Amino acid sequence: MGQICVVAEHRKGEIREITFEMLFKARALCRAFSLPLTALLLAGKDTGYADDLARWADRVVVFEDDRLETFNSDLYKDILNRVIRADRPFMTLIGHTSWGMDLAPALSVKTGLPLATDCVDIQAEDGRPTVIRQIYSGKLFSRVSFKESPGYLVTVRPGAFLVPDDTPVLEGEVMKQDVPVDLAEPRGTFIEFVDTGAGEIDITQADLLVSIGRGIGEEENIASIRELADRMGATLSCSRPVVDKNWLPKFHQVGTSGKSVRPKIYLAFGISGAFQHVAGITGAGTVIAVNKDQKAPIFRVADYGVADDLFKVADALKEKLAGA
Amino acid sequence: MNIIVCIKRVPMTQEVDLEIDKDGKGIKTDALAYVINDWDNYCIEEAVRLQETLGGSVTAITIGSEDDEEILRRALAMGADKAVRIDPGARELDGFVISQVLAKAIQGMDYDLILTGVQADDDNSGMVGIMLAETLALSHAAVVTDVQPEGHIAAIRVELEGGMDEVSKIQLPSLLTIQTGINEPRYVSIMGIRKARKKELTIIPVADLGLSEDDLTPRTRIEEVFLPPETTGAEMIEGDAASVAAQLIKIIKEKGVSI
Repeated sequence: MGQICVVAEHRKGEIREITFEMLFKARALCRAFSLPLTALLLAGKDTGYADDLARWADRVVVFEDDRLETFNSDLYKDILNRVIRADRPFMTLIGHTSWGMDLAPALSVKTGLPLATDCVDIQAEDGRPTVIRQIYSGKLFSRVSFKESPGYLVTVRPGAFLVPDDTPVLEGEVMKQDVPVDLAEPRGTFIEFVDTGAGEIDITQADLLVSIGRGIGEEENIASIRELADRMGATLSCSRPVVDKNWLPKFHQVGTSGKSVRPKIYLAFGISGAFQHVAGITGAGTVIAVNKDQKAPIFRVADYGVADDLFKVADALKEKLAGA
Repeated sequence: MNIIVCIKRVPMTQEVDLEIDKDGKGIKTDALAYVINDWDNYCIEEAVRLQETLGGSVTAITIGSEDDEEILRRALAMGADKAVRIDPGARELDGFVISQVLAKAIQGMDYDLILTGVQADDDNSGMVGIMLAETLALSHAAVVTDVQPEGHIAAIRVELEGGMDEVSKIQLPSLLTIQTGINEPRYVSIMGIRKARKKELTIIPVADLGLSEDDLTPRTRIEEVFLPPETTGAEMIEGDAASVAAQLIKIIKEKGVSI
């Protein structure tokens, strides 16, 4: 019960931001529960990651092995299961990323510890954690408690805990551990990373993005908004459902699995505002949302909103611009 | 290739004002329409496509009441061969319990691949599939956007964050959680659903599965459901379309963008 652990996530030579977000939140939890903070690092040899992490945790437990350079569920799960069974951390935080969504549920079954996923807050209540989650695509929140247990697993939504620039650094101890000799046999083999964001246009460079979402309805309707974008000198972007239907190529997609953008104006037509999308527009100067669903979550993050039919608004904009 | 697809019926909540129920732990569902979970629709399509290429069978499974058979009929109409509904009775379910129930129901079946959606539209938890994999001691991968089985191996593609995918190979049998956009789910006609009524649909009461009390005990519990905290939110622009358009153009120009 002696610590709170954060499982560090890394990719292509860098510790991923979610790791620092979890460490930042875990520091507050460590204060609330009077526990030390441990970063768990599973990585290839000589990465330098451990030194980055030591600035953020009381100690860094490192397993270095070339087999751990990229994520492998069997190997990561085996090592973390052994760490959790030996050290019995009070709480272990894992990112709610593709990586964490593969790892955490399996680790929960393997260790027998309860898991809450995609948490946007973690609170201390009578010596036990409770978590806050979003349900129904962010239309409601839920407060979730755990069955009493020697430890708890939580996956943390990326972007839920932004790290302030003035967060003081620590000088944690780095403790290298040997990878178990009887490590599990991996049933998966990493082949390569593929960049899906590259394409004919770069939506990250635009000052004005006209973006479309599920509310566009039919592929044929895109032409009308494309015409508006052209008339405005804007770049066309979109949310996930449009790419899922193959109506626009992936390099148009804004969001966690697409691109993060920083336009001066982000004009969102028919986009509901799922958190995966909203995470991609936090750098936008001004967000204007047009959606006929007055309760769409996008209106919670937009600067200006229009609760109306997007085509009506788009046509009116075209008319005004033609007359201007 | 024998494939099992785990699916869920969920309320349609887009463009609907959700109301919290009297216990404060759920929502009022009386007035809501129900659909198949979006991610699961892609799972069925993927399974049926694999079966059309490689042969074998597709079995769709759900946990729920008689009303939930609607999505099993839909899966059968899309091309699944068999369907199974596990009736949980009045039992409280969390992701862990659901995974244990599914594991018991599936463990005696013949399969090479199990597909589940990455997550469900209602609870957004994304844990059932991988918990099921671990309980059945299967290899697994989450957020999969491509599956190409070849013998006892499948080449897969996993969607990572930030416009990056990972390509890897995984040993079969395996469980994959499927991301939307992996395919284009086929249209299902009412006639097709009617015809599918002739296909086999088995109902298994959860009591028949021989689960332990521990397996059936939720590990997490919703204590409270509440509306999102108030934010300042957007400044809403009112008026007819022409007036709204004029105001938007003014705002855009004021922010230094020439149009």
